[in-house]
Amino acid sequence: MNESDFVQFSILTIVILLVGFYGGTYLLTLLIRKKEEDTSGFMVAGHNVGFGMGAASMTATWIWAASFYAAATSGYTYGVSGPIHYGLWGALMILFIYPFGRRFRKLAPNGHTLGELIHARHGSSSQLILAGSNILGSIISLMVNFTAAGALVSVLSPLSFQTGVIVAGVGVLSYTLTSGFRASVFTDFAQLVALMAITVVIIPAVLFSVGGPSVMVDGMKNLTSQQADFFSVDAIMNQGAPFFVAVLAYAIGNQTISQRLFAVREKHIKRTFVTATLGYGAIVIGLGMIGLMALTVGVEPVNGNMNNLIPQMVSTYLPPVFVGLFFVLVIGALSSTADSDLSALSTIVMADIYGKNIAGDNPNPKTMLLIGRSTMIVATVAGLIFASFSLDILVMLVFVGALWGAIVFPVIISCYWDRVTNAAFTWSVVVAMALFCIARFELLEMTGATVLFFEILASVGGAVVFGLMAFGFFGRVVGLIVGAVSGVILLIYATGFLRDYMVLTASLTAYGASAIVCTLMTLRSQERFDFDLIKQRVGSYDAPADENENEPTMIPQGARS
Amino acid sequence: MSELVYGTYILVWPALTLGVLAVICSAVIKDAVQARKTDSNMV
Repeated sequence: MNESDFVQFSILTIVILLVGFYGGTYLLTLLIRKKEEDTSGFMVAGHNVGFGMGAASMTATWIWAASFYAAATSGYTYGVSGPIHYGLWGALMILFIYPFGRRFRKLAPNGHTLGELIHARHGSSSQLILAGSNILGSIISLMVNFTAAGALVSVLSPLSFQTGVIVAGVGVLSYTLTSGFRASVFTDFAQLVALMAITVVIIPAVLFSVGGPSVMVDGMKNLTSQQADFFSVDAIMNQGAPFFVAVLAYAIGNQTISQRLFAVREKHIKRTFVTATLGYGAIVIGLGMIGLMALTVGVEPVNGNMNNLIPQMVSTYLPPVFVGLFFVLVIGALSSTADSDLSALSTIVMADIYGKNIAGDNPNPKTMLLIGRSTMIVATVAGLIFASFSLDILVMLVFVGALWGAIVFPVIISCYWDRVTNAAFTWSVVVAMALFCIARFELLEMTGATVLFFEILASVGGAVVFGLMAFGFFGRVVGLIVGAVSGVILLIYATGFLRDYMVLTASLTAYGASAIVCTLMTLRSQERFDFDLIKQRVGSYDAPADENENEPTMIPQGARS
Repeated sequence: MSELVYGTYILVWPALTLGVLAVICSAVIKDAVQARKTDSNMV
């Protein structure tokens, strides 16, 4: 079998599917269109998103095209536990952020981005580190999603890769441009319903088409001992652990998540994020099981490309209508993430760059909206260009992931510890990134004392991850105990061992180094920050109803709490 | 026994997906009814 043997749609069929999807989504947004959009609605839906819409939007946003392919690849590569080691940790990214999200909302109830909060806490340099990493991350995400659309269209129809990329970009932009985040959330719900309904149908359909559980049990003899082991060390160290390390980094560093933390009604944050955790986990682990099924029945991915696994299984075992459903599934997943990235990018440029660094005390809501919409257009064009060139993004992705890892500790601790300074924040990130690069790209020879040094930093990084997670749910004392105990255990068992997993070591180094530098510099500080100032400094940019709408409305440093 | 275990291991995920879908849809319907009553927007 090769890619041309997959079910092929005619040009008419693929056009109907694409126009039906993007046209239908666009029509949906007409239901919520306002004559005049305000900045709060455009950026965070007026902080008033309900539980259902919020959970749907969080789930849909966090599932991107790569989620299915990567989960299936994990199932195919690592066997029984593979889908769990992709989907579970991805799901926990959503869960672990909500305790901190409640703190963010308490400090800045009228905030739009985490960067605004950090600006109010520390000033511009810390904020711009966060905003810059957000922008880079969202553009990469846009590019990946448009690329996935192009690849899918070209594999399943006579249309070219570039046509698929352009249709996805223009389609997503068309329904997001007018209403911004409100459109993103509203369409996420519809897209998620379709996505979940198809998931519910397609997994059992593939299972029983390959012959049911009995065929899978027979095929277990094809698996290696590691693949057959639910507690496989291979799967944990190569898939689960690196993903686990990324849990907090992606949740903190990604504006698409913090935007929803600021958008959902405060009392609904917990159940919204718990529900989204379950939804994400169920969908992604479930679709990852298709990779496990492929492994047990002895399917070889076409051209050795793991991304072909799901389309190949669906094409091989199911009638063409299911391939159409799969097509909608992937287009829905990538579009819901892409529209969230557009909303995130526009909000960062509106609030973090224009609102906090250009407009000074005088941001104009109409100018902000114009900037937001222009950002969406520029970002879409950038995403289309990068996607069309099929750039290798691995290095960029590695760099952004590390940057997010480096900012986790300074961001979180800045929201709780009143002694943290702007210098401590900034220098901790800079030092952590430098050490990360040395470890990740092995710029020094990783032997003897050098590798031991990085293993110690990485052990501290592991302790920081465990400690912060415990702190989020159980408070300071438990967090410190968990951090200290896990740190001691890691120092004993991980030194001499982590050097065999330098990717993981480098990621943990970013956490550990930033935590050490930030803590040491903070302990030298005599500053005391009044957290109530954040509430005053982060406010709405919109004019109250009784004010002249054309007048600039900002109170100093964003204050209209 | 293994067939039951593996069948359950695969099918529990679409079942969970269906449950979450039901929870989300019922919450959105409630919000829609409330929004209509108060003549406000859902988002």
